[in-house]
Amino acid sequence: MPAPIRLRELIRTIRTARTQAEEREMIQKECAAIRSSFREEDNTYRCRNVAKLLYMHMLGYPAHFGQLECLKLIASQKFTDKRIGYLGAMLLLDERQDVHLLMTNCIKNDLNHSTQYVQGLALCTLGCMGSSEMCRDLAGEVEKLLKTSNSYLRKKAALCAVHVIRKVPELMEMFLPATKNLLSEKNHGVLHTSVVLLTEMCERSPDMLSHFRKLVPQLVRILKNLIMSGYSPEHDVSGISDPFLQVRILRLLRILGKGDDDSSEAMNDILAQVATNTETSKNVGNAILYETVLTIMDIKSESGLRVLAINILGRFLLNNDKNIRYVALTSLLKTVQTDHNAVQRHRSTIVDCLKDLDVSIKRRAMELSFALVNGNNIRGMMKELLYFLDSCDPDFKADCASGIFLAAEKYAPSKRWHIDTIMRVLTTAGSYVRDDSVPNLIQLITNSVEMHAYTVQRLYKALLDDISQQPLVQVASWCIGEYGDLLVSGQCEEEEPIQVSEDEVLDVLEGLLVSNLSTPVTRGYSLTAIMKLSTRFSSLNRIKKVVSIYGSSIDVELQQRAVEYNALFKKYDHMRPALLERMPIMEKTIFSGDGIFTVCLWSVFPVLQANDLLDLLGGNDVVPIIQTTVPTKPASAGGELLDLLGDLSLTVIPPMTAYNKNGLIIEFTFERSNPNPNIAVITIHATNSTEADMTEFVFQAAVPKVCSFPSCILINLLFMSWCIGT
Amino acid sequence: MMHFLLLFSRQGKLRLQKWFLPLPERERKKIVKDMTTMVLARKPRTCNFLHWKDLKIVYKRYASLYFCCALENQDNELLALEILHRYVELLDKYFGNVCELDIIFNFEKAYFILDELLMGGEIQETSKLSIVKSIEASDMLQETMEEYISKPAF
Repeated sequence: MPAPIRLRELIRTIRTARTQAEEREMIQKECAAIRSSFREEDNTYRCRNVAKLLYMHMLGYPAHFGQLECLKLIASQKFTDKRIGYLGAMLLLDERQDVHLLMTNCIKNDLNHSTQYVQGLALCTLGCMGSSEMCRDLAGEVEKLLKTSNSYLRKKAALCAVHVIRKVPELMEMFLPATKNLLSEKNHGVLHTSVVLLTEMCERSPDMLSHFRKLVPQLVRILKNLIMSGYSPEHDVSGISDPFLQVRILRLLRILGKGDDDSSEAMNDILAQVATNTETSKNVGNAILYETVLTIMDIKSESGLRVLAINILGRFLLNNDKNIRYVALTSLLKTVQTDHNAVQRHRSTIVDCLKDLDVSIKRRAMELSFALVNGNNIRGMMKELLYFLDSCDPDFKADCASGIFLAAEKYAPSKRWHIDTIMRVLTTAGSYVRDDSVPNLIQLITNSVEMHAYTVQRLYKALLDDISQQPLVQVASWCIGEYGDLLVSGQCEEEEPIQVSEDEVLDVLEGLLVSNLSTPVTRGYSLTAIMKLSTRFSSLNRIKKVVSIYGSSIDVELQQRAVEYNALFKKYDHMRPALLERMPIMEKTIFSGDGIFTVCLWSVFPVLQANDLLDLLGGNDVVPIIQTTVPTKPASAGGELLDLLGDLSLTVIPPMTAYNKNGLIIEFTFERSNPNPNIAVITIHATNSTEADMTEFVFQAAVPKVCSFPSCILINLLFMSWCIGT
Repeated sequence: MMHFLLLFSRQGKLRLQKWFLPLPERERKKIVKDMTTMVLARKPRTCNFLHWKDLKIVYKRYASLYFCCALENQDNELLALEILHRYVELLDKYFGNVCELDIIFNFEKAYFILDELLMGGEIQETSKLSIVKSIEASDMLQETMEEYISKPAF
């Protein structure tokens, strides 16, 4: 059998392949050769074959049949074999493989090998991917090596110990004695890995943390030496002595100083020194400054030091290097809660970062800007944020729009400003706003009573421009439906009232119904809006016609609405004005998922109405499914309503069962409220007596005309008795 | 700690993969694919940091190779750039004016050097000189002098 081809030869050959298929063929051929070579148990070429296998593995081909061969290589006496064997183990034999544990014995032997490079290989493999069992078995060996005087092995043992602790935290205690004089080492490698080990122990155990607090003076001294010492060629990076070690020490100091006055006091000076003396022209200096700032902000530093830290971040923001600007924004975001005023001083620089070309920087700047908005700067900030919304990438628009809505809600200086801001967002980023913004906005608009005319006018004008942005269109249709009368009567005070006729308004709404751009939800909104205008406009016939046309719409939702509205025109015309009245101010109630439950009181009274009620409910069905965000839904209440309410003040109405079908029982009980007898309390009990869950139970109530705005009816939905798995 | 370190070319071909956490093969392949897609899509003058899941991704391009590593939240990104740079310097010292081909044909050496710089996702040696010496000594141990000088062991 000829000698298997060399690794470099194979690599060269594979690279000549011009297609994926050609490459696959070459690889398959070679894999077959390697497999037969493995079967022959050939010691000489095993190393070569495994090396080739590792190359093919990197290209993405399966190499599992080489796993056992790696073990054999590790067990070999030749250093070359071990080197490739351990590499193969690290690439192919992670702890999920069955053969992983078989390595334990080999590693144990190699940890005690006479050659330090073999020991190093074993430590490295154990420290990179040793499983918990392996770590448990070999922790003793690692601990022994942690105490050796050989710095090459000591540094590796320290990191291996870190891995062991990560895998088996209970073994931490075991390494405690060995840490005693780790910091008195001169060798930077050992020093660095020791600091990493100490950091890991302190992070995991509060006891260790208090134990190691006494090391703070020593750490401070080491750091000081690094800064003050002259040029050391071995550890120098752009004029700074061992920045890796400096950063690690700063990080350990952060953990030790957090929440502890004495330790924080002890490190104040050195932190100030590092912060002021570090060279900032290169990335390495800034890396140290960055870590210093993080430490200052986390420990109990004096205020002068904190201000120094924030100013460093402020300087970072002006740096040409994008990485540094990014890091500054991220850090400021972390500190904005605790040091709000200090960060506010850099607000203009932060806002300038919104115009940066880098996407990551823009996102950070946006988040930070929202965190900085307050009552004082809202107007200025909002201008910048709206400008940003106009020009930013689509990925940002949703988050930015939500942020703007939240900020506007919290700090709006006036209702007019609030509504203008919302309008601006809807018109510029209308298609990106989240679904729950629509009911929130509707609620906001309803509650800004004096702005109704202005709002509906602006929304109407926006609709004339553009009907593609669904949230805008939905809010606009709702408003026109509610306040259409204000629109045509030209009552706006805030700005020049526009002249628009009823027909023009209906044209726009009907346009929405037929447009391809409108989603089914939007169509529902506009149909309902048209219906509402039947009590506000005089062109009843036109509206009746539209409603009846949609009675045969293919869209089931639209069809249902149209049919029910039709019924309102025909059978229940006497109720129509009451049902389609202006909405009262809404209490904002938040439910899981569905936005606002719009509330119209649905008074069900006995006397005649039972049958009609059942008809409307559709007989066999349980309560029909209705969109919760659309306010109007005709419900049944008799013309006798007024009379009955009048009667309430004199008589007591006995309890009644309003509905009892298919296991759903709805009962009404009536009583006088106890301090104030002019208040009637109607309690509705809905019970599910079947074994199955009833889903999509929608509660809606319509306000009759007598219960108009000032004397509104309060509804207390007692959910405890309500949980039917909706 | 670093979760992984990847080297890939501008065409997305993987040249080195070092994993410091145990992950199934399928997961690793997916991560490599995600990283290459994300990093290669970055425009030229953007910052070297990305956010991916809950990790910070730091990447830097050296000639035709992208060096990409993943850090945890408390790790220092600016320092990670220095770590990547240190690795490149070591490769350069070892191969003499290192280029992508060196790493392709001597990938095992690239791993050996990396294993002297990092272990378990942390730096194990901060002195360039020390690492270079260790690698040279280890190479010496490989096989007989004859084979080492005239032809590769494998």
